[in-house]
Parts: sequence; C-alpha cells; structure tokens
Amino acid sequence: MDYTRQIKDHWREQRLFTRRIIACSVIAILLTGTVLTRLAVLQLVNAEYYAAQSQGNRIRVQPLPPARGLIYDRNRNVLAENTPSYQLELTPEQVPDLEHTLTRLESSGLIKSESTDRIRNLIASKRRFDSIPIRQRMSDDEVARFAVLRPYFPGVEIRARLARYYPYGRIGAHALGYVSGISATDQELLDPAKYAGSSYIGKVAVERTFEPDLHGSPGHQDVLVNVHGRMMQVLDTQLAVPGRDLILSLDIDAQVAAEAALEGRRGAVVAIDPTNGEILVFASAPGFDPNGFIRGLSRDEFRALQNDTEQPLFNRALRGAYPPGSTIKPMLALAGLEQNSPLTRQQTYCRGYYSLPGNPHRYRDWKPEGHGLINLHDAVAQSCDTYFYEMANELGIDVISRTLSDFGLGAATEIDIGPESNGLVPTREWKRRNFSAPEDQIWFPGETVITGIGQGYLLATPLQLAHATATIAARGKRFRPSIVQGIRDPVTGVIAQRQPRELAPVTVSSEANWDQIVRAMEGVINDPQGTARAIGINAPWSMAGKSGTAQVFSVAQDETYNKEELAERMRDHALFVAFAPVEEPRIAVAVIVENGGSGSGVAGPVARQVMDAYLGGATL
Amino acid sequence: MSPTGKHGTQSYGTTTHLLRRIHLDPPLMAGLLVVLTLGMFVLFSASGNDTDMLLGQVARIGLAALVMLVVAQINVAWMRRAAPWVYFIGLAMLVLVLAIGDAGGGAQRWLDLGVRFQPSELMKLAVPAMLAWLLHDRALPPSIMLTIGMLLLIAAPVGMIALQPDLGTAILIGLTGAAVIFLAGIAMRYIVAATVIGVAAMPLLWYFMHSYQKQRVLTLLDPEKDPLGAGYHIIQSKIAIGSGGIFGKGWLNGSQGQLEFLPERSTDFIFAVIGEEFGFIGVTLLLLLYGLIIARGFVIAADAQDTFSRLLAGSVSVTFFCYVFVNTAMVTGLLPVVGVPLPLVSAGGTSMVTLLAGFGILMSIQTHRKLLPR
Repeated sequence: MDYTRQIKDHWREQRLFTRRIIACSVIAILLTGTVLTRLAVLQLVNAEYYAAQSQGNRIRVQPLPPARGLIYDRNRNVLAENTPSYQLELTPEQVPDLEHTLTRLESSGLIKSESTDRIRNLIASKRRFDSIPIRQRMSDDEVARFAVLRPYFPGVEIRARLARYYPYGRIGAHALGYVSGISATDQELLDPAKYAGSSYIGKVAVERTFEPDLHGSPGHQDVLVNVHGRMMQVLDTQLAVPGRDLILSLDIDAQVAAEAALEGRRGAVVAIDPTNGEILVFASAPGFDPNGFIRGLSRDEFRALQNDTEQPLFNRALRGAYPPGSTIKPMLALAGLEQNSPLTRQQTYCRGYYSLPGNPHRYRDWKPEGHGLINLHDAVAQSCDTYFYEMANELGIDVISRTLSDFGLGAATEIDIGPESNGLVPTREWKRRNFSAPEDQIWFPGETVITGIGQGYLLATPLQLAHATATIAARGKRFRPSIVQGIRDPVTGVIAQRQPRELAPVTVSSEANWDQIVRAMEGVINDPQGTARAIGINAPWSMAGKSGTAQVFSVAQDETYNKEELAERMRDHALFVAFAPVEEPRIAVAVIVENGGSGSGVAGPVARQVMDAYLGGATL
Repeated sequence: MSPTGKHGTQSYGTTTHLLRRIHLDPPLMAGLLVVLTLGMFVLFSASGNDTDMLLGQVARIGLAALVMLVVAQINVAWMRRAAPWVYFIGLAMLVLVLAIGDAGGGAQRWLDLGVRFQPSELMKLAVPAMLAWLLHDRALPPSIMLTIGMLLLIAAPVGMIALQPDLGTAILIGLTGAAVIFLAGIAMRYIVAATVIGVAAMPLLWYFMHSYQKQRVLTLLDPEKDPLGAGYHIIQSKIAIGSGGIFGKGWLNGSQGQLEFLPERSTDFIFAVIGEEFGFIGVTLLLLLYGLIIARGFVIAADAQDTFSRLLAGSVSVTFFCYVFVNTAMVTGLLPVVGVPLPLVSAGGTSMVTLLAGFGILMSIQTHRKLLPR
C-alpha cells in the first residue's frame, strides 16, 4: 500500500472519522455503564453491608470500668479505697509493631524489663481491640515524659483510672486480702463482658470472696474514632454501676493493737463478738503490704515474698493448724461436769505426772513437783495437766471428740472468707481411716490421755479457738463467724445488714456447769495461783481466759527440757484464749505466737492489749 | 455541517460572543466550570476542611486556566508545525529524567527547571499531536508500515514513563496514541489482531512489572487477602462508596473520608469521597457531567476541518474519558490501583494544567475554524 498512489478523499475520511467517533462514544458509554453498574451494586444493592462496615470502622465501644466498692471497718474507717492514678494502656490492634513499641517503652524507662513477658502474655490472652494496662500507678514525672513521647507510640495511651489503695497498709492485710492484675488464670474463669476494662481483681480474703459485690458492672462509651484510633467524639455513654461497699465487723483500733503486739513474731490473733459471731480482729503475722500488689510486684519481689521462711503470705489465722494445748481444758472440764464424772466431784492428787493403770509410762505435768491435791477449778486455773490426763482417761476419746466438735473444732467454721483449714479432732474412726498399718489403726488409751491436754493429733486454727472461746463466753450460743457486717448499695446508699447466723448451740444439763467453767477461767487470771495472774492487772472489766503451750516436738522420757537450748523453731507455741467482760462478754480472743514459749507470758499480753483497744482500759 | 459557527454571533448572547472572541467554547466552558466548582467543594471536604489546600487548588486551577486561555489563542496550524519539535524535546527530557533518576538512585518523574516539570505530562499532548502531524496530509486509513511507525512513536515515551515508574501516565499515553490510530480509521482486523497479541503478551508484561505493580493486580483480584496492606485502599474505598447509599451521607459528613479511613482521599481516591457524601445520585450526576464534556469534545472533533485537528481533538477527548474511566474503575475496584487522578477534581497541579491545556487545544480547534463551508 503505497500512500503516494492514493488520492486523499476528504469526504470519505470525514465519514470514516465520524463513524470512529461514534464507535468511541459507544465504547465510552459501555465502559461508563460498567462503572455505573458497579456503583449501583456498591451503593444500592450492598449499601447496608457497607454502611455497617463503615459504622464498625468509626465507632468503638469503650468499656467504662466500675469503681470498686470501698471497704470500711465497723466504725466506718476506710480500709480500702480507690485513688485516681494514671496508667499506660495499649491497644494491640492499633500498635503497628508491638515488639518495637515494647522495646522503646522499656528504653524510655516507662515499663520495666522484667514486666515485658507478663505484658506479652496479657496481650496474647486479650482480644486485639481491648485496651490492656501495661503500667499502673505512673508518677507525675512519668506521665509528663510519656506525654512528650506520645506521637511516637500509636495505640498507647495514658488513662486516668481508679487504683485500689489501702490506707492502713499492712494492717489487716490478711483479712482484707488484696487486688492485683487479672492473670491469665483469672481470665479463664471470669465473665469477659463484666471485666472489660477492669485492670484488677480481688485475690484473697475479703477482696476475693466478695469480688462479685465489690466489682460492680461496667458501663460503656460509644466513641467516634479516627483511623489512628484516637477518640474524636463521645457519642453515647452508659455509666458504670460502682461495686457495693462492704462494712466489715473489724475494729481497726483493736486490729492495730493486735498487729503491734505481734510485731516481729509469727502468729495470729482472732477476736470475735460472742453475741453475734462478728470478727473484731483478724491478724496474721508477719503480714504484707497489699499496696505493693497494685503497683505490680516484679517477679523477683513476688518470689521473695513467697519464699520468705516467715511465710508472710500464709494466713495463719485461717489456715494455720496448731495443737491447741491447754486452751481446750475448759471444754473438757465442761464435758466432765456434763458426764457427771467422779473426778469433778472430788479432788485428785497431782504428784507431777500421771500413769495409766498398769503402765509405767509417765505423762508429765508442766510443774515437775506437782500441784498436790487439786479440784476442777484449780486444775483449770493452774492448768494442771495430771488432772486432765485423768479426766481424759475417764471421759474416753469418744466423749472428748464429740465435745470438741460441738464447740466447732475439727470442722470449717464457714466464715465468709476462705479457704480455711478444718483443723483436726481425732476419733477412732479417723484413726482407722488414716493409718495404713493395722497396728496403727487402733486407738490407744495413751492417745486419749495426751488429747486431754490438747496435744497428740488435735489441731485447731486460731479462728476455731476464738470461735470456741466465744461459745464459752456466750454460754453455748454459737454463731457462724462473719467478717462482713453489711453491704451498702452504692446507688441507694442502703446498707443491707448481714444477720448473724446462729449455729447448733452447746447444750448443758445445768447452767451451773457454765458458771463453774467460767469461774475457773476467771481463776486463770484472778487466782493467786492462776497461770495468767499478770494479765488482768488494772483492767476496768472482768476477764476470763486460758493459757496454752503447745509442744512442737515431744520431749523424750526423763529428759530435762531446756528452753534455751532449743532452737527457736523448736520452742513451744504460746497460746491464749480469753473473753471479757465476764458478766456480759463483748469480745472473745484467741492468740497464737509460734514458738513463743509461754502461753501466759507471751500470748496473754497480746490478748490483753487487744481487749484494751476494743473495750478501753488501763495500760497493762 | 456546522451551523453554529455560521450563525454564532446572532444566536448566542453577548457573553457567548465575548467568549468566542477570546477563542473559548461556551458549552465546554460551562461544563468545565460546573465540574471544577463542584470539585472544589468535594476537595474541601476530602481535605478535612483544609482551607490552605483549597486555596492551593484554586491557584492551580487559575494557572491551568491561564494556560488553557493561551493555548486556545494558538492557531491549530502552528500547533501542527510545532508538534514534532515538542515531541522530540519531550522525549529527550524523558531520557534525561531517567538518567537523573538512575544517578539519584530512585524513581523520579520531574525535572527541576526552576519549577518542577514533568515531561510525561507534556507527552500526554505531544504524543497525539505528533501522530496527528504524521497523518495530517496522508490518505486515511494509514498503511500498515505507517501504523507500525506510529506504534514505535507511542512505545518510546510509554516505555520510558513506565520505567520511571509511573504506570498510570504510561497507560494514559498509550491509550491516547491508540485512540489516534483508531480514529485514523485503521481496519478492524488489525484492531482484533492487536487485541489478540496484547492478550497473549500479558504474561510477558507481568514478567516485566515491578513487584509493587504485580501486588496491585493481585490485590485487585482479592483485596481481603491483605486488608491492612495493599488491599486496604480498595476495601476502604468500597466501604466509603457503598456506605454512601443512594443519597449519600451529606457534604462534610462522610465518616470514611473525614475520619481518615480512606487513604489518598484528596487525590486519587477523591471519587470515593463523592460516592460517600453524595451517594449514587451524586456520582451518576458527576459521570453525566463528564459525559457532556466528552460529548462536546467529540462534537468538536467531528466538526473539525482538517485531519490534524480531528485526530488531535478526538484523541484529547478520548484521553479525558480514559482519565475518568480508569480512575472511577480503580476506585470502585474494577481496575488495579494505577495512580490516575479524577480529572478536574483531584488535588494536584500538573495533571490539571495538562488537562486544561488539552481543553485549550479543543477550544482553539473549535474557534479557529474558517467560517466558510468547504
């Protein structure tokens, strides 16, 4: 096709061009039609789907964590409150490079290097769009430092939150418990909807048992966010319902006195109001500072607490099971009176030891030279072991076990915080079930004898001893121990009082039997020969009690017992139970000082100081 | 064939008369003004009520309008004579850009001649002008040899621009050149053959594509696969458009755009903002306005009095359509994301100048016609 031979035909070319323009128009219309069809599919057919997508893009539901309920003592002193604090929160979804972010937060000193693993675990356990607290209780300085760095940390924000604060610090820590960061284990057990936005959960004692009351219900806030997740506008707010406040029966002044008296020792003090079972003092030493758990203990700090040989995290009042020693003697004396045992009607001669008939083994009295002729009253007041060896032998293990069980030993008291130890009241049945060798399954008379002075297999918690003492004080009336007195609704302010729960009483054939026991316990403090005659001096109220010394290990026959030579850990536990005023008892106390030595000398003064603080009295 | 020209001074008002005296085409002017004005409203919203950005756009439109006015004064005969010169100067500058880009160690599209100047934008007009110049005194349809020559003239700048890499512009220039060949009347069998060869060459093209370009194609096929990466643009754009529904969320009320979920919302993805805020009605209306402008371009091309004018006017109009189609198809997820702005609306200077210069050419062609019928 040589163009030079062609003649340019303008008309033909114009017609060809016009046809091509028309063709172009048709193509253009078809292509535009395709786009329009596409638009129609997006905007007309699927409009609702995309509208929902766009809503989901821009509206974020932020949980509003509820304020945790406050905890008061019986006189409305605040024991646990919430203080505003700043915390650093991270939303994984909005963090472009998590590892990089954590590294930089660490290098800027905002998070500790040892907590990054914990944070990683926490992030893994939460939903991607949840805001996760990575640093609690920031100082003003740290808040300022982060404010400057904020643009470099997308997805990380400072939030003002309420953090738990215990104004009394270590005081009452074992009763209150503490709150701490929600662990992966907690996460599995709780309702995620209720805990959306919550950073803390109660871990032990009141904080844990009453978690459902204290926690409250979260609210939520629908917020408009931009692509960076920054809040632009609040669209809707549903306020959180704060947790219910708890009014404890604790008396913080008596609690302070108890913990001061236990300072530097291992032990426990429990005081109960005998008229209703309310716990007045609940102390276990050594304690810990619950505020440390809120700040977030490092792994090392927590390990140090756990591995401390003094076991500061161990709740001795609730879970410490000790041989009750002589503190059970009043209960055995009552059993003797009820059984009309011959021993209660006459005197016996104490020559410093007791032997079962036809057996040379000597069960020794604490007083080597013996008490001489002694009756029930003096046996309790002077804590004569020989008398109670004989009494135990006379009563037999079945009656002893039944009596002690009637007073609540050997079983959980079902106090409203837990978990508690059951203690142990041995029976023939128990021995048969718990010993493997057939020769060990038999109950021996010698075992009955040592049970008479609260040794052997017998174990009781300080709480159980306080409970039993309160039962004596109330002359058989028993109440389930409770630490929470009332629960206050945060909205209405109405306090729901928790009614005392009466338990099956200890019944006696004659009220005179109670009189006799109580008088004997008064003798412990008031008699010239009473074991604790130093305890009641100058008290404006009358007091009844019983000392106890529990052997940690048994001294071999005929070996002289030298306190000084024993390692501190081998020393006897010192116990003391008491109640006051005798005429109208308002407080019953049980004290245990581990390896304290003398019950009356070490544990007794602790009980007196608690009573002084609660009842008011002269200094010892 | 062209009664409007003959009776123009009598049938139109004084404004029209005045516009014609300064070589502007009233219908085209009307269409452009409406779209530019609406575009500024949209841009204000898309920029997040950024007045500075709006003023910048106004300045660019002013500059572009000035260029359009100047171009419209130039007689087509001058343009024809200048065409090969402009083409080869442009080609030389493209070589220079590539060389500097290599030296600078990265992609580069512009030359610093006091102001930043993109030779590729110049080529959008220079390529069709060059091809029209080649054909203007020859018998049409062109011979096969001539067609191959034209293809080479197209391939040279397109190849270099694709290397920059600026796929969007390369595609647009390729389409413009193809439009000239098509409008020149090349036989349908060649078009069919070229299409077949083109489809067959696809794998080869794939082989030569940059990895990010491949990614764009893959993303188009399955945007959900990479929702936070390459697929994010398309997903968010579809959400914006779809959530607009029939009537839209209203001006300044599009959450996708206002809350920055939509990327590049004031430039390449501004169509999604229109879809979100003005709905199906809004986008249909906009497409209609574009259609009217293109139709006017086609009418001018059909009315043109010589081969050069016809081909140039026709290809400029087709290019404008390609802009509209490629952008809207890309934003709605029909085509890969190739970086083509929505003409007259997207923020950005150089494309605005080129576009209005193109319309200047159309107006020049329309208003410099001899009033006597042939």
